[in-house]
Amino acid sequence: MHQLTLAEIARNLSQKRFSAEELTRTLLARIEQLDPQLNSFISVTEELALEQARAADARRAAGEDGALLGAPIGHKDLFCTQGVRTSCGSRILDAFKAPYDATVVERLAAAGTVTLGKLNMDEFAMGSANESSYYGPVKNPWDPTRVPGGSSGGSAAAIAARLIPAATGTDTGGSIRQPAALTNLTGLKPTYGRVSRWGMVAYASSLDQGGPMARTAEDCALLLAAMAGFDPKDSTSVEQPLDDYLAALSQPLAGLRIGLPKEYFGAGLDPKIADAVMRAVDELKKLGATVKDISLPNMQHAIPSYYVIAPAEASSNLSRFDGVRFGYRCENPADLTDLYKRSRAEGFGDEVKRRIMVGTYALSAGYYDAYYLKAQKIRRLIKNDFVAAFEEVDVILGPTTPNLAWKLGEKNADPVSAYLEDIYTITANLAGIPGISMPAGFIDGLPVGVQLLAPYFQEARLLNVAHQYQQVTDWHTRAPQGF
Amino acid sequence: MQWETVIGLEIHAQLATQSKIFSGSATTFGAEPNTQASLVDLGMPGTLPVLNAEAVRMACKFGLAIDAVIAEKNVFARKNYFYPDLPKGYQTSQMDHPIVGKGHLDITLEDGTTRRIGITRAHLEEDAGKSLHEDFHGMSGIDLNRAGTPLLEIVSEPDIRSAKEAVAYVKAIHALVRYLGICDGNMAEGSLRCDCNVSVRPKGQAEFGTRAEIKNVNSFRFIEKAINHEVQRQIELIEDGGKVVQETRLYDPNKDETRSMRSKEEANDYRYFPCPDLLPVVIEQRFLDEVRASLPELPVHKRERFEREFGLSAYDATVLAASRELADYFEAVQSACGDAKLSANWVMGELSSLLNKDNLDIQQSPVSAEQLGGMIQRIKDNTISGKIAKMVFEALAAGEGATADEIIEKKGLKQVTDTNAIEAMLDEVLAANAEQVEQYRASDEAKRGKMFGFFVGQAMKASKGKANPGQVNQLLKKKLEG
Amino acid sequence: MALERTEVEKIAHLARLGLAEADLPRTTETLNNILGLIDRMQAVDTCGIEPLAHPLETTQRLRADVVTERNQRDAYQAIAPAVEDGLYLVPRVIE
Repeated sequence: MHQLTLAEIARNLSQKRFSAEELTRTLLARIEQLDPQLNSFISVTEELALEQARAADARRAAGEDGALLGAPIGHKDLFCTQGVRTSCGSRILDAFKAPYDATVVERLAAAGTVTLGKLNMDEFAMGSANESSYYGPVKNPWDPTRVPGGSSGGSAAAIAARLIPAATGTDTGGSIRQPAALTNLTGLKPTYGRVSRWGMVAYASSLDQGGPMARTAEDCALLLAAMAGFDPKDSTSVEQPLDDYLAALSQPLAGLRIGLPKEYFGAGLDPKIADAVMRAVDELKKLGATVKDISLPNMQHAIPSYYVIAPAEASSNLSRFDGVRFGYRCENPADLTDLYKRSRAEGFGDEVKRRIMVGTYALSAGYYDAYYLKAQKIRRLIKNDFVAAFEEVDVILGPTTPNLAWKLGEKNADPVSAYLEDIYTITANLAGIPGISMPAGFIDGLPVGVQLLAPYFQEARLLNVAHQYQQVTDWHTRAPQGF
Repeated sequence: MQWETVIGLEIHAQLATQSKIFSGSATTFGAEPNTQASLVDLGMPGTLPVLNAEAVRMACKFGLAIDAVIAEKNVFARKNYFYPDLPKGYQTSQMDHPIVGKGHLDITLEDGTTRRIGITRAHLEEDAGKSLHEDFHGMSGIDLNRAGTPLLEIVSEPDIRSAKEAVAYVKAIHALVRYLGICDGNMAEGSLRCDCNVSVRPKGQAEFGTRAEIKNVNSFRFIEKAINHEVQRQIELIEDGGKVVQETRLYDPNKDETRSMRSKEEANDYRYFPCPDLLPVVIEQRFLDEVRASLPELPVHKRERFEREFGLSAYDATVLAASRELADYFEAVQSACGDAKLSANWVMGELSSLLNKDNLDIQQSPVSAEQLGGMIQRIKDNTISGKIAKMVFEALAAGEGATADEIIEKKGLKQVTDTNAIEAMLDEVLAANAEQVEQYRASDEAKRGKMFGFFVGQAMKASKGKANPGQVNQLLKKKLEG
Repeated sequence: MALERTEVEKIAHLARLGLAEADLPRTTETLNNILGLIDRMQAVDTCGIEPLAHPLETTQRLRADVVTERNQRDAYQAIAPAVEDGLYLVPRVIE
């Protein structure tokens, strides 16, 4: 049962091969048995899951047949879930039971999904290894001595280990695509504004975007169709109708123009990853795509720009964690300043504090122009690069990450070395365009991901290309040993 | 040395919307603590702001009323600082791109002169909550009901030169926002609050002196007192060889002094940046045209019309145009009696003191505009004298009759204008005061003037005030000289 | 632009983050490494380029002025660290 994809589960439930409750119990048992090796869940919501599963079975018995009715999923632990701890991987929210549901949570619940739990993550989504969580690091099922990527590392590890077939994630600089690549999953970051941010605890508001993670593009399409869409509670949500993601999957790729940016294949990329990416390009060519070399000249400036904008927004977004209305409060504060300083110092971990300080500095008097404004100008240059490139090609293809999953603790001493791992993913966040990572082979037993980027609102195209590729390859079907 | 005072004002006007600027919470004053604080107002993780259309419309109304340029595109920014009444750790405000740009407002001083005060800008922002300092075991209590109430911050140029001008300016803003229906102007409830930036410089010097900011002065009277006190303090300080420091000060009405708020001074660095949760607000010309068409007659136009149409003095016109309700009342009195000057005198005189005494609004006046107008008509047609009119007015206020005519009739207050009757009455008065008549006739012109008043008084007393004073004067003179 | 210890202390204060004396040297060093990475931006020619704050460059949608929220104080204060009489408690605020 646990090997099934969402699409397969839907068929089985529809044919009454098993019930949602049976499936839920099976997976809950697997989580209990296997997750101690991985640490992918922060909270397992057994009661809620069984209640939702029974409700889904009842709806099905009453004649409903939605694709996600009874589908078991997990939520990254920064989506607010009413009455359930929403920790963001932080001590400061360890006791925080959200008083409301995020729009994404509400929509998926309405579609009939069953929430098995809340998934581990880098603290406040800051990290690319899932090592900054207050609840401890998550391990990569493909090699438990290695990181699963981050910040949606819990989502990635849980799906890769077949504890759940799919999950929500969020992507501010690659936090869906990079862990998907390091754990052999398909993960989609939608266009900024496509998925509501209401109830999704903010890291960097102008970059954050929720999206689906699963083993196949088809499952991502199923989830996205339920998650996405206009939300009046989010001013940055876009009033544009959704495409039919499922229908788009089967379109042939003949005539698809793929751009290969030379900057994605330069120094810093593991040559074995480069080979794997080019083999994927060959497959797509066989499906009728044409390939063109392109250039995104400002890509090299993306990391500095991102590491100003994201921390700046974060420094402000995280000011609300002050020990007054919710969250951690230090013992016996001597005065107001002591309450703030100790609650925040004790509640936040090192990486979060670092980014808050970098952001505070970048916005402070005398440095705003040199840092924040400069970073936003570079952001426009990066967006302009994409706009120009998409005049010539339909999608842009490259590696998702420059390296394979690294060893736990390997990059802890030097945060800057971990920041550099985001090089291929953060441009999509800065420009706001959609991107997908799909499994494209293995090197020494570790997964390699290929990333596809498309113009605004062309999630359907990305899912289509990935799905067609998955019809002629079987990388995405491979499971890690022991899971 | 001759000193010149330079004042700039920042006025925070709470906009009279039903719901908050970024959430659907009510803005009602005086609710139980934190019962009007929603997820958004509390800054709960994951919540997001959505801008209230009415707040935007109200800001545009204000902008148009002060002849300002309304920015085609305005932007919300975050002002970052930690304070317990500020739930998110930042105030959503506007910095580089305010909704209302440069404009101006004309104020009229008591001597009737008019001055134009520049308005630098007006921007939208959210109000903070309140800290209550009653003793909760040495703790403060935080009420966030007010957090998120829409504010329009109106920033003047440093064009104001005296405390009196400052008060006139605040009164003009107060009148304007109430005319526009965008703020209830209730200063006691904090609906309109004022920060005063005050500095002094030697007369003739071009550069400004160092300014101090007096925070949150919340009545017209305190604005005047606080500024006067602060000006005096600064002059004395400089004349004693000291220097004014740029700081925030608080006015204490009990001690009538300002004192430094050093606790708020510590290295503020607000780290403004565009709010990533809100997009630029675009104001379309069509929308502005529609708002412009909905504007009522503004105080300045009403004042001009009162001067032009009714021949009122600039000062009277300003006072009467200060509130829409007062102006409406005045116009109703005027149209009932057809005499603008008498109407203005009565509204600003007897009626105002009556309302002040009982602490009533014009809408609560016990004498209606029609009643007052009817009474003034009777003054005009000589049915009653001005003196009797005061009695009639009091009777109307006390509800002793539905109309002035009814009271005049019931109390027999009708003026006596029959010459024979008056002459007979005067003869009696003169006979009863034969001694004084002798003295009068023996006196010179200067002394006679004074004594004449005595006889008038006696005559009016004898007629119970009902004799026509003009006739009494005329006939009395004849008889005494005679 | 390398940060001095005193600047790091100032930033930590602005951000209301308690910083132990012993952690100062390490924090200063790490922040300077990050700023070294960020400072690579300064070489980019951005003359005449408008800053980009939002990727989509759309405009703000406005909400109708309608009260949609009801009192949920009890639910919201159930997760608060310290409340009394409906108020959130904090160490005394000095004005």
